Amino acid sequence: MAAMLQSLGVTSASVTSNKFTAFSINSLPVIRSESRTVSVAINGTRKAGKVTTKAVAAQAENPTSAASKPGHELLLFEALREGLEEEMDRDPRVCVFGEDVGHYGGSYKVTKGLADKYGDLRVLDTPIAENSFTGMAVGAAMTGLRPIVEGMNMGFLLLAFNQISDNCGMLHYTSGGQFTIPTVIRGPGGVGRQLGAEHSQRLESYFQSIPGIQMVACSTPYNAKGLMKAAIRSENPVVLFEHVLLYNLKERIPDEEYVLSLEEAEMVRPGEHVTILTYSRMRYHVMQAAKTLVNKGYDPEVIDIRSLKPFDLYTIGNSVKKTHRVLIVEECMRTGGIGASLTASINENFHDYLDAPIVCLSSQDVPTPYAGTLEEWTVVQPAQIVTAVEQLCKQ
Amino acid sequence: MACSATAKILQPLSIRSAEKSESCGKMLSPSSFLGSTPLPKKLFSVNKTISPLARRSATIVAVSSDVVKEKKLKSTQNLLITKEEGLVLYEDMYLGRAFEDMCAQMYYRGKMFGFVHLYNGQEAVSTGFIKLLKKEDCVVSTYRDHVHALSKGVPARQVMSELFGKTTGCCRGQGGSMHMFSKEHNVLGGFAFIGEGIPVATGAAFTSKYKREVFKEDCDEVTLAFFGDGTCNNGQFFECLNMAALWKLPIVFVVENNLWAIGMSHLRSTSDPQIWKKGPAFGMPGVHVDGMDVLKVREVAKEAVSRARRGEGPTLVECETYRFRGHSLADPDELRDPAEKAHYATRDPITALKKYVIENKLASEAELKAIEKKIDEEIEEAVEFADESPVPERSQLLENVFADPKGFGIGPDGKYRCEDPKFTQGTAQV
Repeated sequence: MAAMLQSLGVTSASVTSNKFTAFSINSLPVIRSESRTVSVAINGTRKAGKVTTKAVAAQAENPTSAASKPGHELLLFEALREGLEEEMDRDPRVCVFGEDVGHYGGSYKVTKGLADKYGDLRVLDTPIAENSFTGMAVGAAMTGLRPIVEGMNMGFLLLAFNQISDNCGMLHYTSGGQFTIPTVIRGPGGVGRQLGAEHSQRLESYFQSIPGIQMVACSTPYNAKGLMKAAIRSENPVVLFEHVLLYNLKERIPDEEYVLSLEEAEMVRPGEHVTILTYSRMRYHVMQAAKTLVNKGYDPEVIDIRSLKPFDLYTIGNSVKKTHRVLIVEECMRTGGIGASLTASINENFHDYLDAPIVCLSSQDVPTPYAGTLEEWTVVQPAQIVTAVEQLCKQ
Repeated sequence: MACSATAKILQPLSIRSAEKSESCGKMLSPSSFLGSTPLPKKLFSVNKTISPLARRSATIVAVSSDVVKEKKLKSTQNLLITKEEGLVLYEDMYLGRAFEDMCAQMYYRGKMFGFVHLYNGQEAVSTGFIKLLKKEDCVVSTYRDHVHALSKGVPARQVMSELFGKTTGCCRGQGGSMHMFSKEHNVLGGFAFIGEGIPVATGAAFTSKYKREVFKEDCDEVTLAFFGDGTCNNGQFFECLNMAALWKLPIVFVVENNLWAIGMSHLRSTSDPQIWKKGPAFGMPGVHVDGMDVLKVREVAKEAVSRARRGEGPTLVECETYRFRGHSLADPDELRDPAEKAHYATRDPITALKKYVIENKLASEAELKAIEKKIDEEIEEAVEFADESPVPERSQLLENVFADPKGFGIGPDGKYRCEDPKFTQGTAQV
């Protein structure tokens, strides 16, 4: 089985041709970042010809003529479905477990139509028993299948914490390497629109200490499809965090097959003055703040860290070495969140390169309130990001 | 009888597989459950209504007191086992007992540490079930898993090594007493939290069904899930009974009811202590069997396993058994009534089988002694092997955390952490 892992960086064309409206991303020239050659043996060999080395034929100019644009436009949830479908076509061992994934098509339509195509066993509608069906996925993975577990909302997976921690995370180790658990655990999380405290949880902070799992967060249709495919192909258990409010993002993605790296971060906007590290929905708040900042004369470098565990310290480090100032913007809680870990990690590794203490903007340590105004104040807003950058750059 | 009340349960619609729906009531009567095996109906105690008061007595209504009587009655009929089978069963049970006794010795000599849970007294359940399986069938257990692993075929030296924490152990010393795994013999663990293994077993059974229906393979692999009476009050147990019956998964849920969950008596923690009754509530047969009698267990196991192989779905088997030692080697075992312990000691499954084999002239005393000697030597050799095996090197620390070590990520120098030479020495920063 070919394991094609490529790293592709997405950069913006230029600051002036910005079409960063809230929920659509125009086609951008895609530049391949320096490819990483890994000397560690990876399963499989390169399958000649099937996957191109460049995701999109280089298009330097005119992003305006729609007719000649390569690729196809779709919404983020459709991109997830496309990635899932491609992998299910490619490998009959791939199956999906979850509540309402089959006949209902998934509560966010990520698995729509798949049960009709693949049958009730490959797209399994489970009873409401998260701990048990996650454990079932572990058992199925140990005996040869490659299941994907969907949590209808990430918060529900708290009920599956026993299985995710003890079995997904640790079983490969406690069995002395005999059994692999190639599962993907995915679902929507994050603060939505007045969904209430329990449906607005950010589980990345709870799961990050579990040894033996990888965590990634998608934020665009492009990286959603690429990360979904990479997660399914990975031999490790991977938790893929999606966000409730990002499912309707529209983007043009390549027609050719592509797979992204699970361990790499994404350069969203290169800059010189400050490094802003973010992931998932906060990326859009950051880019909105970036518009304001650019107008005020700042040049922020924005990196979507994508890989929440482990951190891509290379991309992050290179950025810190360039700008010497770091701002972390996340939706996680202040206490023990991804930002807290990232702050510690950067301090440990790049302390000499920092001109100022790291600033971390996180959500308040508050159960997300229902009222719209209160909810708005629990998460980081673009205005706060602008203020933070201004303060950071004064030092 | 309880089963009449449940006869009206509608069977769930099957998923894309052509199966005839069966009425629940039919599955419960012992004679039809056993299929065509010609056995006297009295062999299995089926539930007669037991008054609530009786449930509270110190000993559960004995379902096995007819053991010896039954066997005498059957002397004119065909025996339940052949000589070869008898010797295999005897050897396996004796192996389990001798191994566990040696574990206790080694623990007190400081060769193994932590929590060690011994299986003495329950050998009939492990042997009765596992000796019917093929190599491809899966077994899932709990922390009391040494003997399940041995019965499934994991060599004693590998299990002993694992207990000593050596690299030659079945899990390279990384699992320990409560995490016995073997890919070769399809032992899927070894779990420390009770109930944690049942969904894993359900998943393995799901794979078997998947292979049949999606891959269109000729797969009749069966999974056995072993767990105790305490687990039967846990959510994962009920959730999995539901899913297994719903999808007719090829699994047998084997309850090793030894009446005690550490110091919690089963009667004090369970509203209805008759666990087998919980099967029909989910649409599968529930059977109660004397877990101190390997032949009875084996007969029930045969039917349950072939039911699963035929694609008829799961079975819940409650084996009434007893552990002669405490919950673990750290348990002073002061709560259990000495009279109860004495009662079950007279029903030692190994002694019972020995008696059966000799009385029915299947083998001689000398042959059994030869087996015992062979096993004793095997255990001695296992201890020697474990003693002489090396302890894990530091380099083993970071291996096996991830199947794909790229999961440790990319370091500040741009290289994957696993490419760092210190990674293989176990000293890399991760």
